[in-house]
Formats: sequence, structure tokens, C-alpha cells
Amino acid sequence: MPDPHPTPEHPRPDRPSDAPDHPTRTTYGSVRKARIDSLAAAGVDDRPGVSLIRGAWQRLRRNPVFLIGLTITVAFVMLAIIAPWIAPWDVTARPLLDKVRPQTNPVPGPEAGHLLGGDDRGRDLLSRLIVGSRQTLVVGVFATLFGLLGGVTLGTIAGAVGGWVDSLVMRIVDVMLSIPSLLLAFTIASLARSPSQWTLIVAIAVIQVPVFARLLRGSMLAQRSSDHVLAARSLGVRPRAIVFRHMLPNSLGPVIVQATLSLAVAIIDAAALSFLGLGNPDQRQPEWGQMLGLAQKYISEAPHLAFYPAGCIIVVALGFTLMGESLREALDPKSRR
Amino acid sequence: MIRFVIRRLLQMCVVVLVLSMLVFAWLRSLPGGPVSAILGERQTPERRAALEAALGLDQPLPVQYLRFLERAVQGNFGVSTRVLPGEDALQVFLDRLPATVELSFLALLLAVALGIPLGYLAARRRGSATDTGAVIFSLVGIAVPVFFTAFLLKYFFAVEWNLLPVSGRQSTGLDATRVTGMFVLDGILTREWDAAWDALEHLILPAVALATIPFAVIFRITRASVLDVLDEDYVRTAEAKGLTTRVIRARHVLRNAMLPVVTTIGLQVGGLLSGAVLTESVFSFRGVGDALATAFREKDYPVLQVLIMAAAVIYVVVNLLVDIAYAVIDPRIRTR
Repeated sequence: MPDPHPTPEHPRPDRPSDAPDHPTRTTYGSVRKARIDSLAAAGVDDRPGVSLIRGAWQRLRRNPVFLIGLTITVAFVMLAIIAPWIAPWDVTARPLLDKVRPQTNPVPGPEAGHLLGGDDRGRDLLSRLIVGSRQTLVVGVFATLFGLLGGVTLGTIAGAVGGWVDSLVMRIVDVMLSIPSLLLAFTIASLARSPSQWTLIVAIAVIQVPVFARLLRGSMLAQRSSDHVLAARSLGVRPRAIVFRHMLPNSLGPVIVQATLSLAVAIIDAAALSFLGLGNPDQRQPEWGQMLGLAQKYISEAPHLAFYPAGCIIVVALGFTLMGESLREALDPKSRR
Repeated sequence: MIRFVIRRLLQMCVVVLVLSMLVFAWLRSLPGGPVSAILGERQTPERRAALEAALGLDQPLPVQYLRFLERAVQGNFGVSTRVLPGEDALQVFLDRLPATVELSFLALLLAVALGIPLGYLAARRRGSATDTGAVIFSLVGIAVPVFFTAFLLKYFFAVEWNLLPVSGRQSTGLDATRVTGMFVLDGILTREWDAAWDALEHLILPAVALATIPFAVIFRITRASVLDVLDEDYVRTAEAKGLTTRVIRARHVLRNAMLPVVTTIGLQVGGLLSGAVLTESVFSFRGVGDALATAFREKDYPVLQVLIMAAAVIYVVVNLLVDIAYAVIDPRIRTR
């Protein structure tokens, strides 16, 4: 079957596009595929002048959206790193236990030394929120990293070898894309005999593999017919060196942008899995999604138990999204005007 | 056109076949296999062997797969173990389906009815406060987990202000006639207006929660697509010809801009299915999503099998229909 979205070798820079994620007019399969492919095509730019990265940086430096996203992201990562030292209480300790009254006052309120009060087991809520950033970061980063690795491997094989290998890999990817992704993650996570943060990571990594694979393969195909690869080939550079030194490094741009956006999705999806009880059941390691899930029981007595972790998830996801969206816009050759 | 449809149908069959293999492989890979799942605590080596022979698990794998397919085609996926113990798994799905159809339909309706006009408006007033506000709102909409939106709505509208029911599909003690299983529709069909109103009240909060993500996506695509079309040469030509703004907007801009939006709406069905799992479990809304959430948590494999297959088939079929609709709207696609 011919590829429904032949990647344009030379993106038409004359067609201004405000949002690069909009599907091409010739959408045939799915917008998701088209979006991935158009992103892949955006990575190729043969025009001379300011290098893509430098041009992108010049635009980003003055982009408030990017700066806000960057600030949130950096703050979140710093928080996750220093969390154990700044959390006022041990997350497993239960200093407020004697204040918990299951009937009248299941969740202790704020008091001196406990800024946000405690949770239903008398643990300090603020400390659990701070330390929870670690699990959220670990799950988001590792899930995206594994998804990236899997996708890049598949995409490189498909894009570099071509022929029936390409068809086979892409058909597998298409089948994976044909299942609603979050449902697939639920299914994989529910298979685990003993759920932990690692089964959560694997479940979310798997649903990211097809996205990255398709994206990279598109970029690789576009590279394949570009001039510098032709030049390398005519100089007698070995195929392996062409793939790893010329094609792959030049194809990674859109993949890295996608990874930033995927991180936000991974954090939200991880929260959804934890919420359904498919995440890490071990409460000694607090995680925002898990805290949010546990807070459902106290919706009428203590909704703040849900508001805080949810607020954290939203802010962090927004940070990665803003950063990724502005990165994508900046790296898109079409938006250079 | 017919060749196009046939080709897409064949592709769909391949996807469904591969899915069935995956589901089959999945069941085989369960810890201890299906026999352990059935016997649970009561297993002994003799019982295992007997049950394996009875279930045909001693046969070669391809034979087992064909048998699995045969049973699946007949609608026999086994018996629910946790969601509704003893009930036929397919029946559980069929019983729950109308609720989710009703919910998803209303959610999609809300998303389309708000997303398209707002996207169009934002694009036309690009850079204005309306535009910026709507873009920020849609970005936040995507960053907020669906189940938290559901939680917020439930907290404010049901718990704090007591405006709408907290959970369920219909008030207890209400004696309503069932026709289709879609409670609002039932109420309208049987002219039991109080029942229809009651069911609608139960439906509003889950539907709004479920609509947030599709709304944000449809809004963004509409906005991007309208902006793109506004810059097209044929719009300039139409302006140069002296056509009225109104004609240009209706015939040239809107019609062309709607093409990507149609596809996006079809794709949202996948998101609605996953979103229904989360929303329905927050509101204890007894639909397919709620059954899935329970089945995932309690590891009710026969029910999961049916629901996963059904979800994937629905998703694939809807996208096929969208592709066909798309080919009808845009003749350029057929030739590719």
C-alpha cells in the first residue's frame, strides 16, 4: 500500500500556517498520523541563511509563552530534586494521627507547622505534595524516554531499511494507533500482576512508541532524498555511517519537540492510571495522581485534598505544553517570516 | 469511490484481525493462564489438567486461535467474574452500551456546538482578547485531567450548590419505562417528561466533563484551519471579484475550513471512550466506561476482552465512516 502521506521533500515556505499541528488538507487516514507526518516534514529545511536552531532561539528568547513554560518546568524539576530536603515532615510519618476523627473530622485542617493540614491518615499534606513531585517527574521522564527509545529504534529501522521492513513496522504502528491510546495504557497496566510505578511507566511508554516511530520514520524518509545524503552516498560513505551520522541526527529535531509535549501527556495519563487504581499502590511513595485518586472519598468533607495535587498536575502539564508548543512553532520553517 | 471504500474496508478487517490476535495472545499471557483465572485458589494439578483438556488448551496454538475466533464471532466471550458475576460478558456490554452512547453523544454535541463557532470567531478576530482568551482556555482544558474536571463539577454543582444530582443515571424510586436503554430518549418516546428531565439532569455534569477535551481539540483545529483558509489564494480571488464578505465566508472559508474538522470529530471518539472510563467512574454513571474501570481494577478478563474489542472496533468503524464522509466532501482524496 502506498503511504497515504508522502512526505513533501521541500515544505512550501510560502504557505503561512499559524498552527503547525493543523492537518494537511489531504487527510486520508487520521489527523493524528497527518499531524505526526507534517511535524516530520517540518524538520527538513534546505534553505540557506540563519541556522534553524539559532533562528528558533532568537524567536524563543523573546517569546513570553516559552519563557513561562520554561520557568514552570525548571521550577518543577528543581523542586523534585531538592524535595526530600525541603519537605518539613517525613511523608510516612503521621504527626496528625490523633487529630483524625473518622466520623466528625476525617481530614485534619491546617495548623501551625502543618501549612496545608494533613490527610486522612494524619500525614502532612504539604510534605507529601512536595515529595510527590519526584514520582510524577520520574514517571513522566522515564515513560517518555522509553517511548522515545522504542519509537526511535522502530522509526530508524523503518526509515533506514525501507522496503518490506518499513511496511511491516508501519503496519504494526498503524494497528497500535487504531486503539484509543489511553485505553491501551489501561489495558497494559491492568495486566500487571503487582502494579508499581514501573508497570505504570511501561504502560505509558508503550502508547508513545507508535507516535515517535511514525514521526522519526517520516523525517528519515525526507532526509533520504535530500542533497546532503546524496552527497554522502556519492562520496562512498558506508550506509551505516549515512544512517547514524547524517540521517538520524538531522531527523531528531521534531522528535525532541514531540517528547516535550509527550511529557505533559504522560504526566496526565499517569494520573489517570493512578486514579483508576492501576498505578503504584504503595502510599509510602506519594504521587500526585495517586493522592488525587485517594481524595475522591472525601469530596464533601475535604475537597482541598484533591485540589492541591490536581493543581500541581495542571501547572506542570501546562508548563511542558507551553514549552513544547512554542518550541514547535519556533522550529517550524513555515513560521519563519 | 467504491474502490476507495473497499480498500478501507479491507484495511479495517486486517486491523480487527490483528486485534483479535492480540486479545487472544493477551489472554494466554495472563499470569498462570486462563485456567488459573478460572480456578483461582481451588487449583490442583489434576483439576488443571482436566480443565485444560475441557477447554481445548492442550491443542496446538493455531487451532486454539481458530476456536477462539469461532466463539468470538458467535458472541461467546465467556462469563463475567467481577463486574456482574455470572452474567454473560457480551450481555454486560450490551446492557451498558446505551448509557455510554447517550453520554458520548451529548458530550460530542456540546463540544461541536461550542468548539466550531468559537474557533471560527477566534480565527476571524485573531489577536483580539476573545482569541487570546479562547486559546488560553483551550490550552488549560487540555492540561486538566478529565477526571479532575469531573471532580470539580461534581463538587461545585452537586455537593456545594446542590443544583444537580451527585451520581447515577436516574433518581431511585422513579418508575420509568425502558425502551432503548437511553433514559432521556426513553422518557421522550414514552412521554414521561419527568423521567426524561430527571435523566437529563443526571447526564449534564458527566457530559460537560467529558466534552472538555474534544471541545479544546475541535476549537484549536477549527481556528487553525480557518486561519489557513483565510490566507488562501482563492479567498483573495473571491475578494478581488467583489463578492460580499458574507458569501466569501459561507462558501469559501467555512466550507473549506470544515474538512480537517470533520476528521478531528471522528478521532475524538477514541478520546471519548477513554474519557468515559474516567468520567463515568467519578459519577458512578453505569455505562461501558464504568464497567471498564471496574473490570480493569478487579481484573475481570472476560468482560475486558469484550469491551476492549468493542471499543477498538467502534473506533475503527467510526474513523472509516469519517474517511468515507471526507471522500464524499473532498473529491481530491478519492484519486489518491
